[in-house]
Amino acid sequence: MGIIETENLVFEYIERDEEGNPIGVKRAVDNVSIDVKRGDFVAILGHNGSGKSTLAKHLNALLYPTEGKVLVDGMDTNDEKYTWPVRQTAGMVFQNPDNQIIGSIVEEDVGFGPENMGIPTAEIWERVKESLTIVGMKEYRKHSPNKLSGGQKQRVAIAGVVAMHPKCIIMDEPTAMLDPNGRKEVIRAARALNDVEQVTIVLITHYMEEVIYADKVIVMDGGKVVMQGTPKDIFSQVEKLKELRLDVPQVTLLAYELRKAGVDIPLGILTTEELVAALWRA
Amino acid sequence: MSLILNHVNYVYSADTTYEIKALDDVCLEIGNGEFIGLIGHTGSGKSTLVQHMNGLLKATSGQILYNGEDIYDKDYSLKLLRQKVGLVFQYPEHQLFETDVISDVMFGPKNLKLSKIEVEKRACDALTMVGFPEEMWNRSLFELSGGQKRRVAIAGVLAMKPEMLILDEPTAGLDPKGREEILTLIRGLQKEQGITIVLVSHSMEDVANYVDRIVVMDHGRVMMNDVPREVFRHYEELEKMGLAAPQVTYIMQALRMKGLDVDIDATTIPEAREQILLALGRDWREE
Repeated sequence: MGIIETENLVFEYIERDEEGNPIGVKRAVDNVSIDVKRGDFVAILGHNGSGKSTLAKHLNALLYPTEGKVLVDGMDTNDEKYTWPVRQTAGMVFQNPDNQIIGSIVEEDVGFGPENMGIPTAEIWERVKESLTIVGMKEYRKHSPNKLSGGQKQRVAIAGVVAMHPKCIIMDEPTAMLDPNGRKEVIRAARALNDVEQVTIVLITHYMEEVIYADKVIVMDGGKVVMQGTPKDIFSQVEKLKELRLDVPQVTLLAYELRKAGVDIPLGILTTEELVAALWRA
Repeated sequence: MSLILNHVNYVYSADTTYEIKALDDVCLEIGNGEFIGLIGHTGSGKSTLVQHMNGLLKATSGQILYNGEDIYDKDYSLKLLRQKVGLVFQYPEHQLFETDVISDVMFGPKNLKLSKIEVEKRACDALTMVGFPEEMWNRSLFELSGGQKRRVAIAGVLAMKPEMLILDEPTAGLDPKGREEILTLIRGLQKEQGITIVLVSHSMEDVANYVDRIVVMDHGRVMMNDVPREVFRHYEELEKMGLAAPQVTYIMQALRMKGLDVDIDATTIPEAREQILLALGRDWREE
């Protein structure tokens, strides 16, 4: 069984005008069934308004299904007694690091979560040290978060979640507000957590090049899952992705254009190395 | 229009231990109708620089000339400068505050004490320029998507009839299609309306695809100021500044290292496609 499973998940909410009068029902997530395996790195793509964030908020009981079911490590999120265990199992990292940091010193911020869980002090410090090491921020533990760059702040936010020892971390566009370096740092930290610590990662993003190393990519449109597969499967379908307001990594697009021009190279090339090798065979 | 910055310095918290030189001897010239990309990592001084361009921040020392006039002259109208040099901040949709689309766009021109007809005309023109469908002009701002709100925010600045438009990361947070739409819109403003554009961006791919000239900032200084292919040729220096070249540049480098005779200065997909097909001895023309 997967660590996260949704069964025919539907989420509807009532749309209101500015006076607060209901004007209709909107279906943000429409019959979604996904299965995230333990230890996987899963990426969710989709244009603005496709329902990916709404789906993500179901995975740690911030929202509850209108219909269907969400199981996190076997626990039904609809069951109130599981609310806290679910959130401890599946931690969440949001887009804006400034909204997630509360401590005035990095290490205090990271210790906040485990402290609330009632972890003994000595172990809290152990966890803080270990989490900051994983995200590469150990040397900043005595710093004020205010003085850090966006990428550094986001890594502190991730460390704060890691310190609660979740089995799974859901990242909702964690790199959207960062510069290219910050983006790389955060993605590197996410991959390290997955590779080294075997934490399951669900990454939501608009940056195609961030998902090429994922085990599985899920594409959403209109609240539905419209594509699922390995990055190679997904990025082989350039035209379909464009219809969905998405894109492919530059190298994939270049390879696609060359193929269209008659060069004999395979679809779904994801890295420069692959392209160079393919051109050599062509 | 023309904008010239002469030895502009800007110092935060001067004469304290926290003194930071946010702009360090910046000399820059922007000519009429140019499309300029401004790049640099977070904290390199890009935002400080653009805020000098329309007089929101005053240089600690140095001179800024707009159309040949010194904007720090005591008779110079900074209010007028801010109309002529429009600034679209990051996430501009957070700054919409009227109830419906057209009222929000009319807010700026209304403050210029223009006639009601002129205010409406400017708002209509601006919304047309950003390609906002007329049947949605009376919609509530709450009903719009993020990308639509961003268009309304840009229209609000265009309604002031700027000669120059500075956009601070106008594509942040948008999906790939939304990014392309906004950039196409901006290019249209330059090509069709003749508005001079300064685009602050983190995306080297976007910069390579759209701008005529790139200004690279680092530690408050202008480090490079040239056409995209020249700037990206120095990708190793860019990397030292926490930046990078477009992925295409690295692909071309890798192919050249392997011995394929390609022009390593290609920075966009069509250029790279042409170069690779040429090197492979294929017909590279678009069918």
